[in-house]
Amino acid sequence: MKNATPLIWRNSAARYNLAGNHCETCGKDYFPERVVCPTCRRRGKLSAKQMPTDGKIYSFTHVHAAPAGFEHETPYYIAIVELENGVHLLTQLVDSPAEKVKIGTNVKMCFRRIFEDGKEGLIAYGFKFKVV
Amino acid sequence: MVGIVGYGTYVPRMRVKVDEIARVWGKEGARISKGLGINEKAVASFDEDSCSFAVEASRVALKSCGADPKGIGAVFVGSESKPYAVKPTATMVAEAIGATPEMTAADFEFACKAGTAGVQACMGMVSSGMVKYGLAVGSDTAQGRPNDALEYSAGGGAAALIIGKEGTVADIDATYSFTTDTPDFWRRQHAEFPRHAGRFTAEPAYFKHVLSGAKGLLAKTGTKPEDYDFAVFHQPNGKFPLRAATMLGFEETKAMQGLITPFIGNTYSAAAMIGLCSVLDVAKPGQRILVVSYGSGAGSDAFKITVKEGIEAKRPKVAVLNAIEDKEYVDYAGYVKHRRKIKSL
Repeated sequence: MKNATPLIWRNSAARYNLAGNHCETCGKDYFPERVVCPTCRRRGKLSAKQMPTDGKIYSFTHVHAAPAGFEHETPYYIAIVELENGVHLLTQLVDSPAEKVKIGTNVKMCFRRIFEDGKEGLIAYGFKFKVV
Repeated sequence: MVGIVGYGTYVPRMRVKVDEIARVWGKEGARISKGLGINEKAVASFDEDSCSFAVEASRVALKSCGADPKGIGAVFVGSESKPYAVKPTATMVAEAIGATPEMTAADFEFACKAGTAGVQACMGMVSSGMVKYGLAVGSDTAQGRPNDALEYSAGGGAAALIIGKEGTVADIDATYSFTTDTPDFWRRQHAEFPRHAGRFTAEPAYFKHVLSGAKGLLAKTGTKPEDYDFAVFHQPNGKFPLRAATMLGFEETKAMQGLITPFIGNTYSAAAMIGLCSVLDVAKPGQRILVVSYGSGAGSDAFKITVKEGIEAKRPKVAVLNAIEDKEYVDYAGYVKHRRKIKSL
């Protein structure tokens, strides 16, 4: 990847702290944050909200053929995690022994390097999850 | 009085045994293990570095004491293994814990004592009323050149201390530093691995500064080794801190709770601070702790600390000695892959 600076910087609030938002009209939480509440539309009122950092594995896969930049990390787990408020997000699972990676296992957020923009570019940090 | 409001640590999960490193280089693992007093060392995985460590340790510290991150007016991260040569780790840590933007931040470097230098800076700012809380972090993914003596000991980890005046779990009664220009260990700009002066790193470097730092603090505060319940020293290996304790007149047993290096290796800027956190995990209100860090180049920061009532409620959920039990062993090949010591990585 070349010149990923805007991509890395614009995503840092979401990646560092699971910054999403909340519709005060219908009570639904969104991550990543939405510009408009898809349920309430113009009647929706969105405000910033940090997502909970605990959840459970909703689904997962074991990646052996990785995209560019992740080749040296294979094999690794990618999971859809269901947070305590019901929000789903896609994340890498780390520090998680194979026998514990199952649907329904409790996981918690941790802070890791996600990718780097070449040898001299920025390092993108942010959330990954690990089995509790 | 200024003191520690909250504390937290982070040690990566992977371990490599000294025996395994010795096997690759055709050395006697058992003899090296015994000589260093280290059985295994903690190793950062592919996606970890001193910044991710610092964030994890700081989050534990904040969560366990319940302090408002917006009250943190200064973040200082001490490390000699920064992910960027130019771009502060401290701003990333501050952003990740929610302390930005009305605050100051900087990275400190003083070999293995940059973390305690940050504690002293926070003490000054808190005492003068410039900030409510200061966060001082020591964090390193220590580098050791393959087949160098350091490769057996250079581990990884972080410790974070929130310094403040209100709601302290332990008061810092006094601090004293002893500093000289001593070339025992260094890494030049752009050099990948540090170099050291072999045996010269012991007597004129580690012991001279640690002993002078400790003696200076005892004289300044009018206390004796008997007045302390615990002693924590910088721990480049498992032997130096025990020898320093004995030379100063402390019983070795007082240094054991804070001696973590035998299990995770030398965590550089974090070493003495993780030792202190392990002591805070068990110390009772009223007990006294002596902490002496050491950084090559060279200097020592000594602290006299008294544990306060209410510490039980503000300890992290998992004690240091329990947290490091969650581990996974890798062989030498796995270790050099994760630490990117293979040239093509």
